Amino acid sequence: MFDYTYLPEPSLVPYLIEMMAKIMFIFTMNVGVFAPVLGWVERKQSALMQDRIGANRADVFGFTLFGLVHIATDALKLLVKEDFIPRGADRTLHYLAPFIALVPALIAFAVIPFGGQYDLWGHKANMVIADLDVGILYVFAVASLATYGSVIAGWASNNNWSLLGGIRVGAQMLSYEVAMGLTLVGVFMVYGSLRLTDIGVAQENFFHWGIFLQPVGFILFITCALAENKRTPFDVPEAESELVAGYFTEYSGLKFAMFWMAEFLEMVTISAVLVALFFGGWQIPFVTHAGLAGFFGFLGPNGAQVATMLVHVGVFWMKVLVWIFILMLIRWSLPRFRYDQLMNLGWKIILPLALANILVTGAIMLLVK
Amino acid sequence: MMKDNRMDLHTEPFVLNMGPSHPATHGTVRFLLKMDGERILHCETEIGYLHRGFEKHCENGTWTQVFPYTDRLNYNSAIQNNVAYALAAEKLLGITGKMPERCTAIRTIMCELARLADHYTGLGASMLELGALTAFLYFVEARELVWDLIESVCGARLTSNYVRIGGLSTDLPEGFAAHTKQVFATNRVFWTEFDKLLTKNRIFLDRMRDTGALSREDSIAFGFTGPLLRAAGVEYDVRKAHPYLMYDQVDFDVPVGFAGDNFDRYLVRMEEINQSIRIVEQVLAKLPSGPINVDDPAVRNPSKEAVKSRMESMIFHFKNTIEGIQIPAGEVYVPTEGSNGEVGFYLVSVGGGKPWKCRVRPPCFALTQAVGEMVKGGFLSDIIPTFDMVNLIGGECDR
Repeated sequence: MFDYTYLPEPSLVPYLIEMMAKIMFIFTMNVGVFAPVLGWVERKQSALMQDRIGANRADVFGFTLFGLVHIATDALKLLVKEDFIPRGADRTLHYLAPFIALVPALIAFAVIPFGGQYDLWGHKANMVIADLDVGILYVFAVASLATYGSVIAGWASNNNWSLLGGIRVGAQMLSYEVAMGLTLVGVFMVYGSLRLTDIGVAQENFFHWGIFLQPVGFILFITCALAENKRTPFDVPEAESELVAGYFTEYSGLKFAMFWMAEFLEMVTISAVLVALFFGGWQIPFVTHAGLAGFFGFLGPNGAQVATMLVHVGVFWMKVLVWIFILMLIRWSLPRFRYDQLMNLGWKIILPLALANILVTGAIMLLVK
Repeated sequence: MMKDNRMDLHTEPFVLNMGPSHPATHGTVRFLLKMDGERILHCETEIGYLHRGFEKHCENGTWTQVFPYTDRLNYNSAIQNNVAYALAAEKLLGITGKMPERCTAIRTIMCELARLADHYTGLGASMLELGALTAFLYFVEARELVWDLIESVCGARLTSNYVRIGGLSTDLPEGFAAHTKQVFATNRVFWTEFDKLLTKNRIFLDRMRDTGALSREDSIAFGFTGPLLRAAGVEYDVRKAHPYLMYDQVDFDVPVGFAGDNFDRYLVRMEEINQSIRIVEQVLAKLPSGPINVDDPAVRNPSKEAVKSRMESMIFHFKNTIEGIQIPAGEVYVPTEGSNGEVGFYLVSVGGGKPWKCRVRPPCFALTQAVGEMVKGGFLSDIIPTFDMVNLIGGECDR
């Protein structure tokens, strides 16, 4: 399953250290930084759009830190809230659902490269947790597992609104996964690989970025990705004005927080996939890996590699942040689809367009060759 | 061989109880839905959750004490209710033609400001429920500015209690015209932004167009009035059909739709915002000076100075307060154009200081009874824009 080819023969210990460091890093970034901070970013960003101030009341000894303290108060509130299970609910499934929703969101990031490959003291470090050759397919597979969490939550709550939300989520995810897979086929054809690190390396040339080679695929993919994320305008399964809160109507406390966190983590993952496939991953426009290492040459060979690595990882996260911001802009600008219109868009518009995109991409590749 | 996969799966409709405490059933109403999956087979509307005996309250107070109760009918446009009640009581008193010009002009201005506030709130809240929270907050900001204006006049933002039988509680404050001009300038920007965000937005159009439609004939049969009737293509506006206040002296258009669907209702309301601004600007331009109250101490209390220095004035003040204004026996119905349709007061007096009967004709009641008809055969999600365009105000519908 894992690709061990880059692993130098005798060194299991550096490999383990590298692996643990990467997992720790991604876990810290996602769970420790993004999940809580995005809640704050979303509040402040929407406030900015809506001529408001945003959350700024909670304070520690008088310091509000631009509302950042709300993260702590939110966490505290969710921790001490009553964990409510409605009468007649399936207790086991009701407990299980948030876990099934959250875990895929946590592990989907494993194949996304957040940096290139670097020679550090004779050890080749690859800035991705699991460099699978099926790459992006893994993300799809794991993301579709998360659907079970929502559907089960809807089913187990013994509430008609939750059930409707669960049904909607099932139908929506199924429809858009088909379309989403097809929108990316063009990308795989162009780069000739499913492995995200290969795609990242291929985008070292600025004009080989996915956005230039697959513009239609990009637009279709971002639409599908938004739908997979279940946020406005695609938040039909949790449409608060129709279904109260859809499949997590009957959840409170930490279990509610888990659904909430899963949504934010999915947003991070989607942004990361967008960056990895269409916006050059960790690459900086017009700056090659060797060029950057050369610039840092005064730090010695290892120092130069470390500096390059830090710059690349920083660039990657910057791009992800920009995309999260854009996704939030969309979320706060548009009204919500109706259930049938959402289905029409997925099956009757995006799917045929994705197929046409594959055809055109194939034809152009033939002609160019 | 293709297998026929239209298997006879056994399905049956299920009952969904929407409300009375559901995010979309604001105004406290309950829909009992019979659903076939996402489709609505039947919708039963149940009102009355906000009933608090408005009419009985009125019978137990003096004529003047009714005003605070009318504030709580359609609380989005409280002043319109104040005015409607005052007009009815004045007709009963027989002083309709003797009202000072300035009083009539100010009432016209305040009615239109209230209409602005109501439409901003109604349209904004509808967009909130469709998921466009940002558009909602743009109109909430616009409404806040209008409320600032109303507050500067009568001290209250929501429940104004501003109008009195035979006059007004206070005159316009200093610099009101300039303040209004400034507010309208800002609100025009908000209107444009709102319009740009939504009116040509494909998602929005899909949600609004052809949903909740009711034909012209059905709208009349159900007793529709106001924006919903006009959206169905009937050009009926009480302000034009039975002019009151200054509406026959100002120039304004009545927007009329043709499809009678939610999108037309939205467009009619959007245009009415512009027309209301137009009316206020015209009235402000020729605002007459003079008194704001009728010169009759038996109807409108004399000034505080007079009450504290002259015996007769003090007696009038005492009698008006303790016994109420004496209104001769008779009955009257006066229709006015509220933000949601015809608001009319039917008053019966048997003489004396208290109303014998005070009945209000709320526009929402007629509109709400048609919700079931409008959403039948539609999707669950169609209830949202339809009910928002009906703009049910529980305070007015349930009384």
